Amino acid sequence: MEHTITTQKVNFKVFRFNADEDYLPYYENYDMEVTSEEVVLDILNRIKWDHDGSFSYRRSCRHGICGACAIKVNGRATLACKESMNTMVEFFGNELTIEPLSIKRAVKDMIIDKGDFWEKHDAVKPYLISDVDEHPEHEHLVTPEEAEELNEADLCIQCGACHYACPVVEINEDFFGPAAFAKAYRFEADVRDDAHVQRLEALHQEKQGVWDCVKCMECAEVCPKDVDPISKITKLHNMLFKEGVATSNVATRHAVGFKHSIVKNGVLDEGGLVLYSEGPSIVKHIPVAFKMFTKGKIVPPWGITKSENLDEIQKLVKSSSTAKF
Amino acid sequence: MEKLRYALFTGCTAKQSTPEQMMSTMAVADKLGIELVELVEASCCGASHLQDYDDFLSLVLNARNIAYAEKHELTMVTICNTCQLNTAMTKHRLDNNAELKARVNEKLAEVGLEYKGTSQVTHFLYAIIDDIGLDKIKEMVVTPLSQFNIAPFYGCHNIRPSELQNESHKTAENPYNPNSLDDLIIACGGMNVDYEEKNKCCGFHAELQAPKTAATLTGNAIAGAMDGNADWMVTPCPLCHLKLDTQTHHASVAIGREVSLPVLHMQQMLGLALGCPQESLGLKHHVTKVNFI
Repeated sequence: MEHTITTQKVNFKVFRFNADEDYLPYYENYDMEVTSEEVVLDILNRIKWDHDGSFSYRRSCRHGICGACAIKVNGRATLACKESMNTMVEFFGNELTIEPLSIKRAVKDMIIDKGDFWEKHDAVKPYLISDVDEHPEHEHLVTPEEAEELNEADLCIQCGACHYACPVVEINEDFFGPAAFAKAYRFEADVRDDAHVQRLEALHQEKQGVWDCVKCMECAEVCPKDVDPISKITKLHNMLFKEGVATSNVATRHAVGFKHSIVKNGVLDEGGLVLYSEGPSIVKHIPVAFKMFTKGKIVPPWGITKSENLDEIQKLVKSSSTAKF
Repeated sequence: MEKLRYALFTGCTAKQSTPEQMMSTMAVADKLGIELVELVEASCCGASHLQDYDDFLSLVLNARNIAYAEKHELTMVTICNTCQLNTAMTKHRLDNNAELKARVNEKLAEVGLEYKGTSQVTHFLYAIIDDIGLDKIKEMVVTPLSQFNIAPFYGCHNIRPSELQNESHKTAENPYNPNSLDDLIIACGGMNVDYEEKNKCCGFHAELQAPKTAATLTGNAIAGAMDGNADWMVTPCPLCHLKLDTQTHHASVAIGREVSLPVLHMQQMLGLALGCPQESLGLKHHVTKVNFI
């Protein structure tokens, strides 16, 4: 099949900032003819080589392996070396805004201070902790099935795309973030690792651990290596229960409370779930609950319409449950 | 045109904390000539929390819900983004993993059910756009919402992960620049407000364990819509609605700024434009008063 290279005009609005000199960042406009063969990194190179030698960005492997060149195009984080310009224009049209992964962490143009990312990464002990015999008598075999359990978590290249796309990271500075969680899972799922419980205990802590995830799916959407961090976060939640690390707190009771509600009604008893999760702390919800009540938004337990064929649901909960708390 | 029929998975909130959503869904369906067969046997989808405790149980229960839609030989329509994600995710996992599907079906067989994978699962918003079409909606509008700036709030679980979501409907949605709700606002005669938070998270799922994070996200969303000059917001998700409508006090405290806007369900907005009687849309059930009518 004949392959033709096409060109089109694109306007780039490029974030510029030098923390040593500038009080505020600004945006520079560049109009370029872009070919269908180019990737975003080519554009960054052309800005530096043809327009302004001071333009700064990180790059290294050009093969989507090193994770250095992650930036944002129209708010979407991506690896500059992997993302074709054609896709970007298809996605967003001919006006593209190029920004660093995190504006508030910008040091110079596309270069950000990733200190917090590495700090969280280190906090989950991202390495194999194993008491290996100095002179082992045989190999430590890992079966293909056991290796499968890693579920691509080992494909992470620490580019930071998910970390800086995570809304919780922006608000709660203690939160480990999706990249650190995916990395933690990579070792939690490794049969050779001996630090399962130790690592899980850190992941169970409020503010920093998995319970503070808002389930926005931004990390699943953005990951350029299809690591799907949110699915690893779910698996970590499951491990917390399985390994008995999960203690009774508002978050764990909330997850377990769904099962209780479903057994009882099929559908959820919303008020009952909040009561079960919060315990005595439910008093703090009274002001909002009162307002909701006056607007007909609260159904008492006896007013709930249960699912029909509830016996089926109860039977399935009994036979299909795999977790204990 | 043959009458549109769907199996309706109401989810739990429509029957409890957002009764206005149930009312307006039925009113709009009636106006559009859609027949909704309610899945009265359905259980809670687990709301993205049950799977944290017991993933397999969550799969079995969601597969059971879909199996009932399959029995009716109908597309399952959801009216909650989180129901949509959980159900569509279950479908995706079972349709792509024969071994898992067999394990789930082994359980369902105990109650005489089977998950086949024959029913599509789609949110009401996309069912309307795909099967009726925005042009037809536009023709049917009797009270154009032309005097309003309306801020769309999409809700995470309808747009991400896009690879999964775009399997569920024909309308291709770009999660970084979604259009469907904007297009529906325009079809209803309103002005759509473009603002940064329209595709962001409302914080609902961390409300109990991380109230400050949740309230900040809610506050940012309302503030973004207010700064975009919105008269009100509209959302297809009852969980986002609960946050934006009932939690304005916490949201204001969290971001240090008084924020509040009326928030309508997508069905209520459509109902107003299509001329449904106002009392059929349940506008009196809102905590933040719908002050523009």
